[in-house]
Amino acid sequence: MVTAPDTSTEFKEAPPRVSEWRRFRRVFFQRRIVILGLLVLLLLVFVAIFAAWLAPYSPYDQNMRGTLQQPNKAHLLGTDAIGRDTLSRLIYGTRTALIVGFTTVGIAVFAGILLGLIAGYFGGAINMIIMRIMDLLISFPMIILALFIAALLGGGIQNIIIALGIGSLPGYARVMHGLTLSIRENDYVMAERAMGSSNMRTMFSHILPNALPPMIVLITLQLGGIILAEAGLSYLGIGIKPPGAAWGAMVNDGYRYLLTNPMLSFAPGIAIMLVVFAFNLVGDGLRDALDPRLRGTL
Amino acid sequence: MTAYIIRRVLWAIVILIMLTLLVFFSMRLLPGDPIIIYVGQSQGLIGMAPEALDKLRAEYGLDKPIMVQYFNWVGGIFRGDLGKSITYHDDVAKLMLKRFPITIYIGAITFVVATILGVLGGMFAALRRGKLADQIVTPLSYIGICIPIFWLGVLMIYAFGLKLHWLPTSGYTSPFKDFWMSTRQLVMPVICLAIADIAALSRQMRSSVLEVVRQDYIRTAWSKGLSERLIVIKHMLKNSLIPVITLMGFAIGMIFGGSVLIESVFNIPGMGRLMVTSIFAQDYVVVQACTLIFAIIVLVSNLVVDMSYGWLDPRIRYG
Repeated sequence: MVTAPDTSTEFKEAPPRVSEWRRFRRVFFQRRIVILGLLVLLLLVFVAIFAAWLAPYSPYDQNMRGTLQQPNKAHLLGTDAIGRDTLSRLIYGTRTALIVGFTTVGIAVFAGILLGLIAGYFGGAINMIIMRIMDLLISFPMIILALFIAALLGGGIQNIIIALGIGSLPGYARVMHGLTLSIRENDYVMAERAMGSSNMRTMFSHILPNALPPMIVLITLQLGGIILAEAGLSYLGIGIKPPGAAWGAMVNDGYRYLLTNPMLSFAPGIAIMLVVFAFNLVGDGLRDALDPRLRGTL
Repeated sequence: MTAYIIRRVLWAIVILIMLTLLVFFSMRLLPGDPIIIYVGQSQGLIGMAPEALDKLRAEYGLDKPIMVQYFNWVGGIFRGDLGKSITYHDDVAKLMLKRFPITIYIGAITFVVATILGVLGGMFAALRRGKLADQIVTPLSYIGICIPIFWLGVLMIYAFGLKLHWLPTSGYTSPFKDFWMSTRQLVMPVICLAIADIAALSRQMRSSVLEVVRQDYIRTAWSKGLSERLIVIKHMLKNSLIPVITLMGFAIGMIFGGSVLIESVFNIPGMGRLMVTSIFAQDYVVVQACTLIFAIIVLVSNLVVDMSYGWLDPRIRYG
């Protein structure tokens, strides 16, 4: 739309309105390292989905005549103590790591957001009960809580997801609780209440969307932490049941052959680091792009 | 201040009671007869005569109402009775007495190392922002939060133990028996346990110092001619430590959580390894005791962290 040129000299020109999405894109894609992190993540998701096509061998097939091979043309990363191809197991391990990471965080985020939102919005006795239980859960180091739960329920991938989910839930609930408390005080929430909207509507269509940006950053950074915790648990032998492939368990399996076949332990460790690194890079990029306090500086 | 401390301690006691309830009642979620908590594998129970089972139940107090059982258990803890281990055929308290000091000793060294290196590293990175020190510390801190600590342990065993033969690859010796050997054995576990905390603390410290440097009171300090040393130590360090202290409570949790992994990697007979071996042995009484003790350590250290705020930041009034 063409408007008449502004001739008044009294007012300075207002700063141009930049849409939040445009600013997000600009800041997020500005740093090359963040893009690198994103690409690595996309690649890993691709590898996890198409593991069956990408893996040169079956990750379960044993070959007793070709055990503990050094990296060679047929087996790029060598074979393990019962002749399974390390590269194929690594590729299938991506699947395990990402499934555990995403489902755990998914469950924890859903429950954590709900609990934090309810506690912060209603306050009073509900707040007291929910947040005190969160205080209780947070007093366990996550891996200890996960071990305890795994000891009760037994190993296996579902139980690891439950254990890590319960372990990471209080973090989300606490952050969501804090956000709800501050967002609740805004005028638009009061206006919404004055117009007679229900509690549900205020909570889910006004408070929740405003709390999402910081939650997304937290979720991305936490995904790396969950994958580290899962690797730790599977290193200890609690986690996906053999012969399933998990990176942590592969490090442990290779430990005994460290002097002769170091690649057995090294390769899965590098994979773990790569994923966690990528999640952290993307999380940092998201934080810069979503933090309203950095508006103007970035 | 006193009122705050009292309230905070009372609150910690409430959490502690909830903790014992949680640990006790979640043990009852185990499938099957609760008697397996005390005798282990359930296979042996199947063929048992009902009278023998009843006798066994009475022996462990399982014939009493559940709240009575709970209070008996808590009462036992106060008397130093944590139950009997089925794998070690010994009192859990006795097992703990041997392993608890090892874990605490390693944890305390790690905490001191992590705090000193994290705070100093972060401070230098901030004061020499963009210069060499910063360019070394910042990427290192990134690696520190991404690396799986058990894998770092394996890497170090490979490099310093198996290839270079600088350090023993595993084991633990009491520092009272052979101090030199003990210290050599502790180098790698302590680095592994500390790395994540060094990284987290130095990142926090760096951004915190960068924040403090801009404050008016620092400019005032410079303009009234104080020496750089005095400004850095008295004004910058103390003020930028406040957000770092918050992280320290979390760091302690990380150290003791990590001890489960690191004690397994380096074959250290501490509480972490006891917990892992007991899980596989289905020695539930020991698992229960380990969980409780780890949680209590974290609870107490968070209490101490909360209280140290007042010393660092007199603005906090503990209303």
